[in-house]
Amino acid sequence: MNSENITKNILFVTSLIILLISIGMVITLVSGSIPIFKEFGFQFIYSTEWDPTAGRENYGALPVIVGTLITSFLALIICLPLAFSTSLFIAEYYKGSIISKIIGTLIDLLAGIPSIVYGLWGFYVLRPFIVQLGLSEQGYGIFTSSLVLAIMIIPYATSLSTEIISLVPNHLKEAAYSLGATRLEVIFNVTVPAARSGIIASYILAFGRAIGETMAVTMLIGNRNAIPHSIFDIGNTMASVIANQFGEAEGLKLSALIAIGLLLFLITAIINYLGKLVIKQFS
Amino acid sequence: MKKLIIILLAVVVFASCENNNTKSNTENKKSNVSIAAAGATFPMPFYNMAFKAYTQKSGIPVSYGGIGSGGGIRSLKDKVVDFGASDAFLNDAKMAEMPAPVVHIPTCSGAVVIAFNLDGINSIKLNPDVLTKIFMGKITQWNDPQLTKLNPGINFPDAGIKVVHRSDGSGTTAIFSDYMSKISSDWKDQIGAGKSLNWPVGMGAKGNPGVAGTISQTEGSIGYIGSEYAFAQKISFAFLQNQSGNFIEPSLESVSAAGNGEIPADTRIMLTNSTDPNAYPICGFTWIVLYKDQDFNGRTEEQAKETLKLLNWMLQPEAQDIAKKVNYAPLPQNVVGMAKEILNSVTYDGKPLQY
Repeated sequence: MNSENITKNILFVTSLIILLISIGMVITLVSGSIPIFKEFGFQFIYSTEWDPTAGRENYGALPVIVGTLITSFLALIICLPLAFSTSLFIAEYYKGSIISKIIGTLIDLLAGIPSIVYGLWGFYVLRPFIVQLGLSEQGYGIFTSSLVLAIMIIPYATSLSTEIISLVPNHLKEAAYSLGATRLEVIFNVTVPAARSGIIASYILAFGRAIGETMAVTMLIGNRNAIPHSIFDIGNTMASVIANQFGEAEGLKLSALIAIGLLLFLITAIINYLGKLVIKQFS
Repeated sequence: MKKLIIILLAVVVFASCENNNTKSNTENKKSNVSIAAAGATFPMPFYNMAFKAYTQKSGIPVSYGGIGSGGGIRSLKDKVVDFGASDAFLNDAKMAEMPAPVVHIPTCSGAVVIAFNLDGINSIKLNPDVLTKIFMGKITQWNDPQLTKLNPGINFPDAGIKVVHRSDGSGTTAIFSDYMSKISSDWKDQIGAGKSLNWPVGMGAKGNPGVAGTISQTEGSIGYIGSEYAFAQKISFAFLQNQSGNFIEPSLESVSAAGNGEIPADTRIMLTNSTDPNAYPICGFTWIVLYKDQDFNGRTEEQAKETLKLLNWMLQPEAQDIAKKVNYAPLPQNVVGMAKEILNSVTYDGKPLQY
């Protein structure tokens, strides 16, 4: 047996392990959520009741699903202009300069900060500021969480798109310049379209990160299982409700939380799939 | 070829697992007795300090995992710990679910205090009616006549009441909601009691630190916090009117007093709404739960004896003083006596244990 084959087999086994882990997770999630779907059927997904009191247990996941989607979309919308301009700044306008290196490093550092630190910053700094601005009476809620989430996902949205933008072949740009295009025209007609699929992929990655974020959101969202009436209202997210309630949950409630985990898994899968479709469309 | 390699790899993996297992087993046999426990986070500071002191005294290592009351009971059910710890006693149905009969040993008691944040106001009085109305969202303003009538001389601001509750499942919520269900039939019918609730108003924060932090950061807020945490903080809390009509400040003495009433022999009782005139009304025991027969999962008699020795020591004044130091109320004398009775009823292989 030669080294070629050994390498191939080792790679095969390690990727098989990843596959087995994912399948195992899905099986655990599905089998764990069977009791809740048996009890409430698909009403579990669109019901807004969440009453864990023994004797009249009733679980509906709609408020947390809505809360998750609103916070994540809002975070993505807030993050987009920042991430897009930063990646253009680093990869195009100041490519290779010291300032862009500093900014690039700082953004990578943002990714390494534990989410509890973002939560504390949101709690002690951002929240009082939002109260001062008069946006909300107590400062907790969807909007505050989305702001913190937006900052948290900037590194994910920026790093990859910076990489892709800087990979756009020079001869494309040079061709445009030789046709008399201005720098702005080159960026928006050559660079960005060429890097489009990669940029979109990085935003999908960032969105996925926002959906699953737990700690910082839990500290700021207010944790109320009701559909928020406005973006300044308090609410709850799927990851947050699982993190909060899992420790002391049992029986039907445990099953409800596992089912929320399954839904979270499905939503992430759907978004990734949609993202791939979008990338295919554009590239 | 491919298949062969996979099989070989699998064999290597399994072989190494097997190897590890036997190694750790022999190590366990060689080492002296060590005690493992897991459960409630509420008494964790007390248990950590007491178990550390006990290890220094006796040389028996004791480990405690604060994984929550539910987790503690699950671990005991799976027989992976020597005893579990829980803030809520097992009701008859849950006791029947256990693989063998269990007994409850109370170790200390704690309370739930009503904390608030109002600029310049350090203490307020609340009666059951007003307390219920605030937490059900029926009184929404601090200058509501029902509040000002109870607290003459206090100038309440014209501000909304912001209720803060626990967002995680917790024994603190269980004790609080048990009390609320006792004092208000509306509460009992609409909200009920449990480790987590369907709250009509307010926002949730995670853990005692989360609630305390949210209250101290939010002007006009009110919420409930475990006394063991609240007593260590500079936070204002309310005097509550107990069953005898007295307004009681939460303190170690008024919490201990709640255990003076009639206690059933197995100590499974919620101390809320005590009839003692000096008792703070929202209190509860925390328990250690263990199997009545200690011969399970191949445990040695020595292991069982050391477990009981430790639990007996937890009831001694030495350990109860440690409880006081970390803001838990020590057990009243009558309860210590009952707990010792229960310990004496524990057996090994059907025979009483001499510890």
